[in-house]
Amino acid sequence: MRTWIGKQKYLIDFTLSSLARRKTKTLVLLLVYTLIVFLLASVMLFTHALRQDAVHALAHAPDVTIQRMVAGRHDLIPESYLGKIRDIRGVQSSAGRLWGYYYDPQVKANYTFMVPPADGGVTVATGHAVVGAVIARELDLRIGAPMVFESYSGNIFKFTVDRILPVESELLTADLVLVSEDDFRAFFDYPLGQYTDIALSVTNPQELRNIATKVTTRLPNTRAVVRDEILRTYESIFNWREGIVLVLLFGAVLAFAILALEKASGLTADETREIGILKAIGWETGDVIRMKGWEGALISITAFLLGYIAAYVHVFRWSSALFEPVLKGWTVLYPRLELTPSVDGMQLATLFFFTVLPYTAATIVPIWRAAITDPDTVMRS
Amino acid sequence: MIELSGIRKAFNQGRENEFWALQGIDLKIPAQQVTVFYGPSGSGKTTLLTVVGCLARPTVGRVTLKGTDISGLPERFLTGIRRRTFGFIFQQFHLIRGLSALDNVMLPAYPIGGDWRVLRARAEALLDQLKLGHRRAARVEWLSGGEQQRVAIARALINDPEVVVADEPTANLDSALSKEFLGILETLAGQGRSILLTSHDPMVVESSVVQRVITLRDGRIVGDA
Amino acid sequence: MFFQPAIIALLFASAANVVVLVGVSPFAVAIVRHWDVHSGSERQLRLERRTYLMSALVTFVLGVQLVALLLFVFNADRMAAMFVGAMCAVGTLNVNAYGFPALIAQMAVFFAAATWLAVNHVDTQAPDYPLVRTKYVWLLVLAPLLIAAFALQWRYFLGLKADVITSCCSRLFSSQVRGLSGDLSAWPPLPAMIAFYASLGVATITAAFVAAKQRGGYALAIASLGAFVMALAGIIAFLSLYVYEQPHHHCPFCLLKAEYGYVGYWLYVPLFLATASGLAAGAVQRFATVPSLRAIVPATCGRLARVAAVGFAIVAIVATVIVLRSHLILIGHVSTGVTP
Repeated sequence: MRTWIGKQKYLIDFTLSSLARRKTKTLVLLLVYTLIVFLLASVMLFTHALRQDAVHALAHAPDVTIQRMVAGRHDLIPESYLGKIRDIRGVQSSAGRLWGYYYDPQVKANYTFMVPPADGGVTVATGHAVVGAVIARELDLRIGAPMVFESYSGNIFKFTVDRILPVESELLTADLVLVSEDDFRAFFDYPLGQYTDIALSVTNPQELRNIATKVTTRLPNTRAVVRDEILRTYESIFNWREGIVLVLLFGAVLAFAILALEKASGLTADETREIGILKAIGWETGDVIRMKGWEGALISITAFLLGYIAAYVHVFRWSSALFEPVLKGWTVLYPRLELTPSVDGMQLATLFFFTVLPYTAATIVPIWRAAITDPDTVMRS
Repeated sequence: MIELSGIRKAFNQGRENEFWALQGIDLKIPAQQVTVFYGPSGSGKTTLLTVVGCLARPTVGRVTLKGTDISGLPERFLTGIRRRTFGFIFQQFHLIRGLSALDNVMLPAYPIGGDWRVLRARAEALLDQLKLGHRRAARVEWLSGGEQQRVAIARALINDPEVVVADEPTANLDSALSKEFLGILETLAGQGRSILLTSHDPMVVESSVVQRVITLRDGRIVGDA
Repeated sequence: MFFQPAIIALLFASAANVVVLVGVSPFAVAIVRHWDVHSGSERQLRLERRTYLMSALVTFVLGVQLVALLLFVFNADRMAAMFVGAMCAVGTLNVNAYGFPALIAQMAVFFAAATWLAVNHVDTQAPDYPLVRTKYVWLLVLAPLLIAAFALQWRYFLGLKADVITSCCSRLFSSQVRGLSGDLSAWPPLPAMIAFYASLGVATITAAFVAAKQRGGYALAIASLGAFVMALAGIIAFLSLYVYEQPHHHCPFCLLKAEYGYVGYWLYVPLFLATASGLAAGAVQRFATVPSLRAIVPATCGRLARVAAVGFAIVAIVATVIVLRSHLILIGHVSTGVTP
């Protein structure tokens, strides 16, 4: 065993000096390899972090949301429905929610106006508002500043900014404006006794679907949106988008594999000569293969580490400047994301399969072909 | 010590440019003898050297080394035997450019995987014996022809082989260096090693160091003195 | 659904394996037909050179399979969030009929490749390469296995639809379910524990014996297989309960989750390595009577046995640590196996 380790050390020693003797070629290969790892890792890290954040944020969404449907479209829901739902076994609490969209022609963006839930810990006085960090940024608002909007019915409303929501919650609160119930109803001409939807919280999470079904049975013109299903959809979409981008990048991976193939098989005259010499002075094919294998391994490890670290910095320090548009979806208001860093074993394994695997596969045959040089070719040259 | 019987070696077998470099060689080479394979180019002397030195397997025939039949051995074992028994000095030296003299000398022992310090010490000793100790860290491409040859000799000796094999050793040297080389050969022979050379240089053939001259022509032995 | 990065990666890796092995099959056939180690003809030399390529490729396949196996299970666990009724890997694997077969095929490929490499190692130590023909016939058998594994994975992943309601591990591994998973879950903890430790003990002792005496590879192979099966059974029957601290959660995959400290890996990785070594020792033992291998086989058996012994011992130790540290008390309260 010790001899085996000693021998590997010799082989690695030779590999390192061999790589050093061909600096340009090695550096070019390393650069391209690292770039590939960087690109793929960036995509993976970014979507993973987004996904985590979305899941985390969705944790605050209501367990079940009940919406009234008219002709297949979402309509207002009357207060009386609350009474019919309250006594369903398993419903912990139910409350009507008020929220809606407002289009601001100045910024050409949609805001979400919302009345904070009674148990949310946030209360807004009439004439005041709590806004999300991105709106504050876009409209350059500070605490105490006024916001003036023209409602859809043509009236002017003024709100004083009480508070700006914390930056950490940007993903979900980017476009949020919290106002009091009176303000909301006045601003949108919202009829009394009607809500946008009803939020339910449920005692046993396993019963979500069952309870949802009970509600829709009792109130046939409603539909129930279960939070887990939203999560599932988000997961699906994120994964799907990530997959598409990766597949597109696969072209790059393929090109890289070809480069690797060329590099390994297009051994320069010097490299072929060297292997011939090694064979002649007493190295056998297996030794040469192992030595070249170490070469591949060292390059792979270095590129993998460098590429991954660079991707990490890119995503978590520089907010993935390159990818945001595609992966977050179209919107005018871009939250400035401070994603929570997370490294994931599965991600690393997937990345490994997308990068190190093609490289290794592409280089096995060329390495072998070089290694089987006859020892006596050196004599004949 | 080395016995060849019925050795024939072909290249490009089965194709239209099939060529038999050796066409029936029977030979016995005892230990501790200095032998030269002499003949014009194309006579098969280099090919014979590769077969004797376990660099290549004969297409037909048997090679016996110290009583063991080695002609059927797969490459891995042949190489192992070759590493232990033979040391090669090539006509073009074939040192690895970019490596120092010392590194070049140590290379043949890498696959054995022994203690690095012991190996290094042995390599330094060899270079000292050949009066190259002061140049051991120099890159081989900066060395003169004679110095390169001495590095090649040191490399051939690193595994302490019983047989030293040299292919056209004086072809790239002037008379002074050739004489020096023959002197080194004499020392090696004095250490009890067998020497095998190929050459068409009369200086080598007629030298007092050489004990036996085998003449080859067209892949066959035509003279043995 | 298909465009998950992990799925793409897995299929790519599996396809690469298939391409590699199917691509070299003609060469394997050539070796079987024309191999003659004593000949010095150019054809023989070419065949010899090819054997280096074969070894390199099978090593590649084995390496890929090892990571792929882990990734497959990991991914199945992650994807559980996307399927109704799934809370861990079991749910994902149950979405269609190809899930579990794909997993088993992956494991089979892993063991087969490991065994082949062990036999290959032994063969190349002998100067006359005595096992060449056998080896390459086995390799030709390995190729269809890889194709099967790829096909199963392909069908499985293609058939992953989010609108299928799948069953979670609590359904599959509940004592009331008929079938193997139900029976295992219904197995009372004390006998299960005894069987678990007994089989691991037998395997470890056999391995230690083989390591010392360098004989008895067959016994080790059988003991390893037995330990493998018993260990998995034991994990389902009682060990998982201790990990989850719940008397009815039997799932063998939830162990791999982060919230349980990834303890599943500490159990499964040594188990797989130990079983692979044990099986390999048995395979190698088969050739102990070949003259040129008389000295080599025992030494290799011994080394493999050492790995197996360590692996099985680790499994037993980790299991014991789990049981001792768990807040659940199973032995000492009567478990009737009937769920309320």
